[in-house]
Amino acid sequence: MEVLASGIEILARWDVLVALLVGSVGGVLIGAIPGVGPAVAIAILLPATFSMDPIVGLTVLLGIYGSSMYGGAIPAILINTPGTAVNALTTYDGYPMTTRGEPRRALSLAYSASFFGGIFSVICLILFAPVLAKIAPLFGSREIFLAALLGIILVVVAHRGQSMIAGALAAFGIFIQSIGLEPVKYSQRYTFDQPFLQSGVNLIVVVLGLFALSQAFVLLTGDDQKIRLTKLRGGMFQGIRELARHPRVAAVSASFGVLMGMVPGVGEFTAQFISYTYAQKTSKRPDDFGNGSSEGLIAAETANNAVPTAAMVPLLALGIPGEALTAMMLSVFYVHNVVPGPGLFQNQMDFVVALYLALMILNVLVFLFLLGATNQLIKVVLIPNRFLGVCILTLSFVGVYSLRNSVSDCMIAAVFGMFGFILKRLSMPVVPIILGMVLGGIMEVKLRASMARVKTPYDFIDRPVAMILFLTILFILGMHFWRILQERKKIKEAEWLTKHRSTAFGGVLSRRKNLLLRAKAKMVRTRHFW
Amino acid sequence: MASEKERRFVGPRRGQIYFSVVFFLVGLLLLSQITRQTRWVENTQLFAQPRFWPAAGLIGIVLLGGLYLYKLPWRNITVQDRIEIRIWVSTLEYVCWFLGYVVVVPVIGYLPATLIFAPLLSWRIGYRSKKMLWISAMFGFATVLLFKTMLSVQIPGGLLYEYFPTMLRSIFIQYF
Repeated sequence: MEVLASGIEILARWDVLVALLVGSVGGVLIGAIPGVGPAVAIAILLPATFSMDPIVGLTVLLGIYGSSMYGGAIPAILINTPGTAVNALTTYDGYPMTTRGEPRRALSLAYSASFFGGIFSVICLILFAPVLAKIAPLFGSREIFLAALLGIILVVVAHRGQSMIAGALAAFGIFIQSIGLEPVKYSQRYTFDQPFLQSGVNLIVVVLGLFALSQAFVLLTGDDQKIRLTKLRGGMFQGIRELARHPRVAAVSASFGVLMGMVPGVGEFTAQFISYTYAQKTSKRPDDFGNGSSEGLIAAETANNAVPTAAMVPLLALGIPGEALTAMMLSVFYVHNVVPGPGLFQNQMDFVVALYLALMILNVLVFLFLLGATNQLIKVVLIPNRFLGVCILTLSFVGVYSLRNSVSDCMIAAVFGMFGFILKRLSMPVVPIILGMVLGGIMEVKLRASMARVKTPYDFIDRPVAMILFLTILFILGMHFWRILQERKKIKEAEWLTKHRSTAFGGVLSRRKNLLLRAKAKMVRTRHFW
Repeated sequence: MASEKERRFVGPRRGQIYFSVVFFLVGLLLLSQITRQTRWVENTQLFAQPRFWPAAGLIGIVLLGGLYLYKLPWRNITVQDRIEIRIWVSTLEYVCWFLGYVVVVPVIGYLPATLIFAPLLSWRIGYRSKKMLWISAMFGFATVLLFKTMLSVQIPGGLLYEYFPTMLRSIFIQYF
């Protein structure tokens, strides 16, 4: 109770309240504009938050992170275009509802489900915080190293069908973070005697390039889309009543969201996929899924909104971000000398609780805002894509240049912008690079610290948590290779089934020749032997 | 007819071969420079060597990037690949716009540079109506107002401001 009161005290400031309001409304707006997304917005705003108090800066960023998915449901339901990537599953059932004249019902249901998911995960984590506070101190250097390694492995294997390139990009991230002056032996690493590389490649510069500038290039080189909006009729509160009719789907989906959010590298997509599959398999009307099923919409929206709060757990408790957005937030902590990790849970529990409470207030604010302002808000969907590109390019400048007023930073960001553009064109993942950079840095420091006390390789995993993490890594790698072998087998079977004789002209002629020769030989044999 | 491997491939075919080859070769080139660009310190554990992490990253790039290239279902270069390269190169124009903006800001100042940049780029990409040009100028002004005036982000005043009258100069340097 005392901790809760201290948490409320931290939040009871006018600047935190303004940050909550700006973050929530701004996040909804950003989410509602297809082509922007929370990653771009957070990357741009990151340097601006460095001058704020940690709680104020983090509240703005958390606000954008937590509320963008509410906003992302609007274009997903109304124009079949997800506002943020994680709203893709919302289009499956949201848009069919719009086409049959129920856009208001779909929106209301999506808001209610998102609200439930958000509040559920905050409550879970507030209740779970004392347990975390007990577990977190069990993580020493080697456990954090293994957890970071697990995070990278999970990110790589989560990209099914692309795990090799995801792994190569994560390795690229690890390499980039190693560029510059090595802090222990003071030796240069891949600086090529260039002064601007001595301080290393800044994470925010890379983030801005890969997320913001690349997105600006995508929009500027693309075309504007013609959008027709449907008029909204009906009440906005019907979603709450409808959600109450499916408590099992909502609770299970939110639980999946919380669980998946806590695992580094897994995130919204897996949570949504599992929840959606569960809802479909246990539904009385599974055929409705994909054709405007309310249960499908609830599963997708509840799961994705339960993730942001849960994703803060590995970040706050271990200092290990599980995905790109929390990786960006980590830099806000570092700038203010607040080191997330076991110490934070032990010494600054009130700060952690304040962040969770901020997330709870944020969900309430966003829900109320959306119930009242959806009619006006949907107009942001009409902003032309190419103009958005101009806006993002203009805003990206602030993000990069305000860091160190360095032209070379801007050049590096532009190079990464082009690289990100190419990756997006090839549908390759960008997130492994960011996580490789962040987790690579953590792994370097923690491995060095832990190896000082390790005599034999077994010493590294002789503690229970380290052993569990090590076995988990082995299990995940084993599962991954087993899955690869299974897929290889399937490919071979499929190729064998579709194998046919050559249809090339030479092949046909050769077969014809053989046939004629066989017929002639038969005729000769008949003539001579009989 | 597409083979099973081609059907199961995640992502488009166009440009894959170029990307994979360049990514692998750059990784290989950087790895070949490891003895020159990093140091091996005597009497230090392997994991604490300054060379260890760049090597781990580069070996990962070469190994996994090489495997990705080897496993690509296609070996030949098509017209689509060449068109894709042209699209990649076309972004250079916007890179130049961005870097031009970066160079101009310290000279003429953040506000004037943004008020010129946003409408000019809008005009370039095809928004020629007065309404859109005004909107982009207003957007530029709002950006400066939000970040420099209100949030006080660190963007230095332009050289041009030096020629302003004393009162106006200090206001412009601090807020615009």
